[in-house]
Parts: sequence; C-alpha cells; structure tokens
Amino acid sequence: MRRFLIQLLIILICFLLQTAFFRYLSLNDIVPNLLLIPTMSFGMMRGRKEGMLVGFCSGLLLDLFYGTIIGPYALLYMYLGYINGFFHRVYYMEDILLPMLMVGANDFVYNLIVYVVAYLMRNRLEISFYFLHVILPEMIYTMAMTLILYKPLVKINRWLKRKEEGSDAG
Amino acid sequence: MNFHNKNSIPPKYILLILTIVCLILIGMSYAFEETLTPLRYITGVTITPMQKGINVIGEWVGDKLDMITDIQTLQAENEELRNRLDEYQTNNRINLSDAQELDDLRELYELDSRYPDYEKVAANVISKDASNWFDTFILDKGTEAGIQEGCNVMAGNGLVGIVTEAGPNYSKVRSIIDDNSNVSAMFITDSSLCNVLGDEKYMDEGYIRVEHIHKEAEISEGDELITSNISDKFLPGITIGYVSNLTLDSNNLTMSGDVTPAVDFDNIQTVLVILQLKQDVEEEE
Repeated sequence: MRRFLIQLLIILICFLLQTAFFRYLSLNDIVPNLLLIPTMSFGMMRGRKEGMLVGFCSGLLLDLFYGTIIGPYALLYMYLGYINGFFHRVYYMEDILLPMLMVGANDFVYNLIVYVVAYLMRNRLEISFYFLHVILPEMIYTMAMTLILYKPLVKINRWLKRKEEGSDAG
Repeated sequence: MNFHNKNSIPPKYILLILTIVCLILIGMSYAFEETLTPLRYITGVTITPMQKGINVIGEWVGDKLDMITDIQTLQAENEELRNRLDEYQTNNRINLSDAQELDDLRELYELDSRYPDYEKVAANVISKDASNWFDTFILDKGTEAGIQEGCNVMAGNGLVGIVTEAGPNYSKVRSIIDDNSNVSAMFITDSSLCNVLGDEKYMDEGYIRVEHIHKEAEISEGDELITSNISDKFLPGITIGYVSNLTLDSNNLTMSGDVTPAVDFDNIQTVLVILQLKQDVEEEE
C-alpha cells in the first residue's frame, strides 16, 4: 500500500514537472518526457507488473488531462512499462548506462508510435524532419534528465524494500 | 515479495485485463463523449491548482535563466553600459517580474480597446500539453468565469486559439499553431478567403501555413490575415498574422504561403478569452 501511494506521488510529481515546470526550461520548445522515467525505472527495478501499473497510471493521467480520447496514452505507457519489466533480470542497481539507453529507446518507440498514429495517418510523411526536430531532441533531453532522476528513484526503491522486509520479519 | 503471495495474478493477465480496459475506454470516449466528462473534471479540478503552484517556482527559475542570457548579450554588445548595468542589476531583479506583469496588463488593455464589441475575460496560461507533438495549453479560468467550449482566445494583438474543453476552474485551449488546427481566414486587403493551418514542421521557424488562396487574389507579401466571416467557430476580424513566401501551387489554381503569427507563442503568459461564441453573435444579428 505504501509502495503504491509513493509510486502515485512520484508519477504526480513527474507529471507536474513535465507539464508546468519544464515549460520554463524548454529547449527550443522541447520538453523531456519525464513520465517515462518512473515507468522505465520501476519496470526495471521491480519487474513487469509494476512497470506496467506505473505506466498505466502515468498514461491515464495524461489522457484524462490532455487527451480528447481516454485510453491511448495509458495503453502506450503500460506496454512500455511491461516491456521494460523483461529487463529486470539483467539489471543491477549501480549501473546508470542501461537505464539511460533504455529511456532513450523507450522515448524513441513512444514518439515513433505517436508519430505514426497522429501524424502519418494525416499524410505527414517527412519522418526524417520529425525525427531530427522532435524525437531526437526529446530523447536526448529525457536521457539527460534520467541522469538526475534515476538515482533518487533507486534510493526510494531501496528504502521501500527495506521497510517491506522489516514488516515481513516483524 | 511476489513468491510469498499465492494469490498474485501473473503479469500477463493483468496486462490483458488493462488492455481491455483501455480499449473499452477508447471506445467509450468515441461513442459516448459525455459519460467520461465527470472523470476529466475530477482530474482537471484537482491537478490545475497543483500546476498553478509549481508554476510559481517555474516562473522564478525561468526568470533567472532568461535574465542570465539577457545580461550576457547586453554585456557583449554594450561595454560602456556594463557599469551602469551592474548598478541597476539588483533593482532590476526585484522589478523584473513586476515589469513583466505590467507589460502584459498594458498589452491586454490596448487590446481591450481595439476589440470593444466582445465581452472578454483575462486568464493565465498554467501548463502546456505534455507531448512535444501538439500545442494545447491550460488556462486557470473555466466555466465559473463564463468560459465555455468554442470561446476564442487572443493575446497581444492576435488570435491564439480556441477553447476545446472547459471545466469549473480550468479550460483547455488548442492554439492555431497546433498541427490539427485549421482556421478559415481572409486577407484584410482584398477579402479573399483562405485557410490557415498549424504545422509542427514550420513552427520551429516561427511560421504556420496558409493555403487555398485564389490565384488571382490581389495580395502581396506582408499583408495582414484576419479571421473570416464564414468560419463557424472564430469571430470575424481578429488578426492572425502576416503572410510571406507566396507560391503558386502545382494545381495552378491556388497559392499557398507562410504566415508569421501576430502572437509570440513562445512566451504566452496572459490571454484574453472572448466570452461570446460565434453562434451567439450570429443569432443576435
């Protein structure tokens, strides 16, 4: 329960940072996709189930607040979280390189799908342009933010784990 | 731990269930748009004040960052002003946010006298769409201030966009630079009609597109584009921007070109929402 509440809180903070705070720190109008970071981190640290749930909540929040249709972002983030969960096995905590690469890959897949669904379907074919001007900058910015946000998330996870083990024993 | 828990459901089944939930939600939002609005209201009403709060911090950091770049250029350009600049820097820091607000309000006031016919309400922009693909944003006022879906939004001296959703204390605006936006416009010089389309691709260069201009329209670059009478959503006569780079389309019938919006979309803080809807104005007449 405690874990669940803290995860919700993390999602909410990332959401607020992404939509409100980073408006002021946008580089050439590009904002990092912060919600991918908890989705990826919990997927890797805790496995498929939690990655999926964190992703689902993140996406649902976006849908409710910004979407005209409820569901697509929830679906997208959920699958990303689930897929990240498969990397739970090869992951160990001190490594920062893998999470960064993972977030980059996630962001690429995420934007590619958004592009195909929302742009390609409307006959906007210049994928190389959108790659260079939207996807790539967002990937780099998000990866840079991972560098800052990942360590605290690992610490929170470790703290939660200790608390849970403590209560299991007691 | 999971292996303690014999009742735990395997992740793939949860995935399946949630996928179905999502698909149902998507289907529902297509089929019965109204049923899901209470859900949106709850998130809108709770999240908006939080975004507003975090904006205070964001604005502060943004101000500081802007100021650093400002000062750097000034120093490079005007060596002789440097001493003076240092002197005023401390004062400047305090006054900068006040001055910004004053500017915004003055601009709003000027705008107010230029379009006196419509009843308007001023609102602040509090957040932007989370993805980098679209240009929608959230205002801090909603139905309680009289804003409703379809209201036109202006800033500075031009059109910003249209309200697509209004809750009690927030409203969502789709800007005219959004890739999905399509505004019916006309030239102030010879009243020939055309369409102004938002385009993510050109937005980096500060342009949106204008299309379907008649080949024989008597227009030249730099002409002002305003919203047209025939639009069913936008009130007539609001400035959209100024046209440039006119080229003849390959069909040899129409022209298209770039439009520089009259509004600086990078720094929108305060906007004016016109409370009257286009339909209402027509009915009154």
